[in-house]
Amino acid sequence: MAGSLYKKRFDGRTVNEVRPMKASVGVVPSADGSATFETGGTKAMAVVRGPRTLHPQHMQNARTGILRVSYGMMPFSVWDRIRPGPSRRSEEISKVCEWALDAVIDLSGFPNTVVDVFIQIPKADAGTRVAGLNAAALALAHAGIPMKEMLSAIAVGKADKTLLVDVDKAEEDFHDGEGATDVPLAFTSRKKDISLLQLDGKISPSELSEAIEMGRKACEDVLKVQMDALKGATGEKNG
Amino acid sequence: MGVKNALSIISNEKIMAKERQIVIPGETVVSGNEFLPGDGAYRDGADVVAGRYGIANIFEKHVKVVPVSGAYYPRRGNTIIGTIVDITFNGWLIDFGGAQNAFLPVAEVPRYVNKNEMAEFLNFGESVIVKVWDVKSRGVDVSMKMRGYGKIEGGMIISVGPNQVPRIIGREGSMVNMIKGATGCDVTVGQNGKVWISGKDTDKEVAARKIVEFIGENAVTVGLTEKVEKMIKKMGLEGSAPEIVAENTDAEDVE
Repeated sequence: MAGSLYKKRFDGRTVNEVRPMKASVGVVPSADGSATFETGGTKAMAVVRGPRTLHPQHMQNARTGILRVSYGMMPFSVWDRIRPGPSRRSEEISKVCEWALDAVIDLSGFPNTVVDVFIQIPKADAGTRVAGLNAAALALAHAGIPMKEMLSAIAVGKADKTLLVDVDKAEEDFHDGEGATDVPLAFTSRKKDISLLQLDGKISPSELSEAIEMGRKACEDVLKVQMDALKGATGEKNG
Repeated sequence: MGVKNALSIISNEKIMAKERQIVIPGETVVSGNEFLPGDGAYRDGADVVAGRYGIANIFEKHVKVVPVSGAYYPRRGNTIIGTIVDITFNGWLIDFGGAQNAFLPVAEVPRYVNKNEMAEFLNFGESVIVKVWDVKSRGVDVSMKMRGYGKIEGGMIISVGPNQVPRIIGREGSMVNMIKGATGCDVTVGQNGKVWISGKDTDKEVAARKIVEFIGENAVTVGLTEKVEKMIKKMGLEGSAPEIVAENTDAEDVE
């Protein structure tokens, strides 16, 4: 990254450093499972309900239960107001999160049912979909849903020519040089498979593989935080 | 079979108390080809891996992961408490808080019911104690033909989480017998997290309800029995040795 215009990160982190993370489970007692996940200025909350009978009936799958994810940002989550309700962006994120989580859960024991995952973002400072995925994976585990493995997600970015782990909003809006690129990634905890990979911006193939490796490493830290939350190491509101 | 089962439950609990290891999905519980993955676990090469979040339980090389949170999953032999939500031509549909409704056929009730007057026997909104007869992917079949099962009349039904049920029942039904002995109320615990309390007077019922709720809130505490004993003393209830042996002994069959 010798000739990059972005040399030092705005918040003083090293390029491989993630923002301080915090997670807890059991935040919504009435739900079957719930969790929050925080990274820096981003906070995600996930609630799981089900497995329960799926309506409308024509959506039911007689072979397996299905997963339904809904992602949304709260109106006050950013400085500008977010218009509440479904948008093109939130529908897309719901869908990619659903596919990412589908890779780790196993609902074959609950045919004709649905597991609903609701992801809400009370505070947004970039990386909301990965924070949402981390919270959703926690909430699914907390709900006792059969899962082959856990899921951890992180966004790797590029500001001009510098690759960065866990970009924040200021870095995401970097305009000089090559501008900003955002690569949200999700890895499964055991096989380390990629279950989410999106790319927004410009990046060379070699840089992309480097970004993926950086993400893989950072997800280890994420997984540790998730594990602590589930094992009650944080001692917070475990239910 | 019954005795053998009961014995295995006792030793299971002993092991559980010894090593209550909480595992997360995808975590290796134990390594070695001699171990067998059971409920909530699967094999990956030489490792036995947790297939859900819960407490890992290794008994005679058999690995299980018992959930500590989440929804109720019915199993054969469970006692459940639910409400009638639909009447079909040959039975009733019961909502018990699970993924699907349970089906109670007319043939599985203790007396003859005229198919034209099924609501006379069990009407919408009425509560029943039933036994899970069969768990299929498409639903749950239940029966109320045995002693201790039937329509609920009087008393109160309270909801605790399904994961607190083993603590409310206690080892070999010790906890529920203690409540019964102290309050004189009949306490029936459904594995789906519903508890039916019925006594001679409301005060006693309320006392029993308070104790059950206390256990529900403190289900993860160590030395819960002593705390409940203290609570019973504080409430001024005389904890005479329970004469009644649990009516639903199979309620202890907690997986």
